[in-house]
Amino acid sequence: MVRTTKISLAVAALAGALSFSSIAMAADPHAAPTPDRQSWTFGGPFGKFDQAQLQRGFKVYREVCANCHSMSRVAIRTLADEGGPQFSDAQVKALAAEYKVKDGPNDSGEMFERAGRPSDKFPSPFANPEAARASLGAAPPDLSVIAKARSYSRGFPMFLLDAVIQYQEHGADYIYALLNGYTDANDPNWNAYFPGHKIGMAKPIDNGAVEYTDGSPATLQQYAKDVSAFLMWTAEPKLEERKKTGLRVMIFLLILAGLVYFTKKKVWANVQH
Amino acid sequence: MASASTTEPTRRDMLYIATGAAAAVGVGAAVWPLISQMNPDASTLALASTEVDISSIPEGGILTVKWRGKPVFVRHRTAKEIADVQAVKVDTLPDPQADSARVKKPEWLVVVGVCTHLGCVPLGHQGAHDGWFCPCHGSDYDASGRIRSGPAPRNLEVPAYTFVSDTKIQIG
Amino acid sequence: MSGHSTYVPSSAIGRWFESRLPIMGLMHSSFVAYPVPRNLNYWWTFGAILSFMLVAQIVTGIILVMHYTPHVDYAFNSIEHIMRDVNWGWMIRYAHANGASMFFVAVYIHMLRGLYYGSYKAPREVLWILGVIIYLLMMATGFMGYVLPWGQMSFWGATVITNLFSAIPLVGDAITTWLWGGYSVDNPTLNRFFSLHYLLPFMIAAVVGLHVWALHVVGQNNPAGVEVKNIERDTIPFTPYATLKDAFGLVLFLIFYSWFIFYTPNFLGHADNYIEANPLVTPAHIVPEWYYLPFYAILRAIPSKLGGVVAMFGAIAILAFLPWLDTSRVKSAAFRPVYKVFFWVFVMACLGLGYLGSQPPDGGYVIAARILTAYYFGFFIIIMPLLGLFEKTKPVPATIADAVLAKNGATASAH
Repeated sequence: MVRTTKISLAVAALAGALSFSSIAMAADPHAAPTPDRQSWTFGGPFGKFDQAQLQRGFKVYREVCANCHSMSRVAIRTLADEGGPQFSDAQVKALAAEYKVKDGPNDSGEMFERAGRPSDKFPSPFANPEAARASLGAAPPDLSVIAKARSYSRGFPMFLLDAVIQYQEHGADYIYALLNGYTDANDPNWNAYFPGHKIGMAKPIDNGAVEYTDGSPATLQQYAKDVSAFLMWTAEPKLEERKKTGLRVMIFLLILAGLVYFTKKKVWANVQH
Repeated sequence: MASASTTEPTRRDMLYIATGAAAAVGVGAAVWPLISQMNPDASTLALASTEVDISSIPEGGILTVKWRGKPVFVRHRTAKEIADVQAVKVDTLPDPQADSARVKKPEWLVVVGVCTHLGCVPLGHQGAHDGWFCPCHGSDYDASGRIRSGPAPRNLEVPAYTFVSDTKIQIG
Repeated sequence: MSGHSTYVPSSAIGRWFESRLPIMGLMHSSFVAYPVPRNLNYWWTFGAILSFMLVAQIVTGIILVMHYTPHVDYAFNSIEHIMRDVNWGWMIRYAHANGASMFFVAVYIHMLRGLYYGSYKAPREVLWILGVIIYLLMMATGFMGYVLPWGQMSFWGATVITNLFSAIPLVGDAITTWLWGGYSVDNPTLNRFFSLHYLLPFMIAAVVGLHVWALHVVGQNNPAGVEVKNIERDTIPFTPYATLKDAFGLVLFLIFYSWFIFYTPNFLGHADNYIEANPLVTPAHIVPEWYYLPFYAILRAIPSKLGGVVAMFGAIAILAFLPWLDTSRVKSAAFRPVYKVFFWVFVMACLGLGYLGSQPPDGGYVIAARILTAYYFGFFIIIMPLLGLFEKTKPVPATIADAVLAKNGATASAH
């Protein structure tokens, strides 16, 4: 009798929960399509960035994105870091020198421009967001952590499962989908994946816009893939180190758990509990 | 675990030793990052060099620039100062060092402006040798930055630097 | 129950010191000789896990402060500095941010265990109320900590939560202005939240001290819900038995915690908090951290500003009255077949409220939230008092030793 009450209550509660979620599905008014899940080298517990892809992605960023978007929290020197694009120190120095950086004040109290150094952050294309808005109509977001600042809802129960399957690349998938989402030939500001579909950024890149030297196809899809990976790296430059450390920690904790378990078992062997 | 009431497990048991050792290793590995985080971070290490334009320093003048958060003195020495410091008998000094070992070009002296006694900033063109004089505890340095009298044990430190051009040096 | 320590140091120096400050004896009687019911299950390891989490949060927090800048212009960038430049900074920050969530995971399990086994009942009322105070302090600490990275959710979460106080009649607006130190959430607010976020954990530690003290006076409850009658037969010494069991529970918990730190560090956070705070643009959905979601759902379920705020705080305050709302003479749900069902429905209602708190407040969601809110309060105000009077409980074992024998006998015969 008690058991049946319990089961019937559980069933009732479960049915209730399911009906809520079906209400949710039907009532969602912001129905932008869900970005497709791409396969990334940096996904999963053993994920690593593809160095060549990051280098290509940087090229796309530099020649296209950087014309409007700042990336002010990323230091140029990190392009040489392990777990990143890993340009050589000499390459990074030369790259840095191509940027003009505002510095000062000098001895006469004036600000001046100098060649960039690796220790500088990437200089912004506009002095401030207001200047960007005045020139472009809207201030483009900073790209430093954009791949972590963008996401999309996977709904119940996928959002819970994502923790188990370690799906963490929502941002990169969204950026990839967005760059491929300019599907209205008549309206450069229409985007399939942007909430509300009207995006301030007109179609920024198309086939052949950036020249690749490593034989990768110069297509929009390839650009989008590479620059999304690059932006994942700028958002999470320690990703490789994190996953590598995590593997060691997990192995250690599993061994420790086994040791503590058997110790505990041995100590408790003489106790009724 | 050394409870008097438990007689059964002995300390020599391999399992207990292994568990204790593994736990100790784990604690050690977890503590290391917590200590290491106080070391200079990547942005600090990246700023470890600075360029100085020395063309505007008049003869006899001292320019103070900041490098790694500390003052560095760039001194444009006069012919007399150079002659004086070169004439000193090296083995009479507390920290014997020839002037030629402390400069790249005799007219330019570059030293870290931190007294080797307890870290105060010495004052230029003062003291018995017209070099530097530390107001904190009276250490007296000559125009080569060498300690002549007072409690400081060593000469003012010469940082690593290079002449990028005749009018520009890079410190660090 | 904890008794006087019979601890005698073995060395002469130890005895000299002990006769002047008997701290070793205190430690010995509290954590070595302290008698623990022999039938505790793994749900009882969460006390130790929570102690660990408190220390871990304080240690990682003190370290983060070494690199963080509490100023509206620098806070967001200083977090990025920690993530990019500081040695191991990414790990320490992720450990702290996810540590807050783990702390709440553990505290919710700890509280539900108390609710299931009747740990709030006499003589543990003060122990329970101290726990409610710790929980409240944790909520305040977590909320203010979430403001510090100065992202969009930080800013708008702070704005929404501080605006709750404006619901108070007459003085509400004055209180809100006072909380802000201005006319909106701004630099003064960030600075005071930083100061208090640093202070409150130490207050938590102090109340935890009282909580443990009260525990050691009345002794632990146990799955049978009967008090210790014979120390020899019913209990075992804390060390090594409970320490090792706690250690095993803690290591399992660390595996769970490490999964989040190293593999899904941003799963429990919100993407919008990687956008720097902008007082001119509100995010599409403002969502608090997951551990507040049930209360956020209750807040939004009530169609009146003041009513919602009262209900939300009432939902927490009611926990303090639990010892007197429950009229049952039996503690453990193991012997309360009907309560057990209502308890699990309550757990599901809380999870449901949590889910609803994360969804936009419209249509079916609001209706569902109202039903679950009614159940939440009904569970405490109606079910608990009435059930104690009418429920037919199962026979309760006379002693803990009997409960252990019955359980082991049952498993033996089942084999």
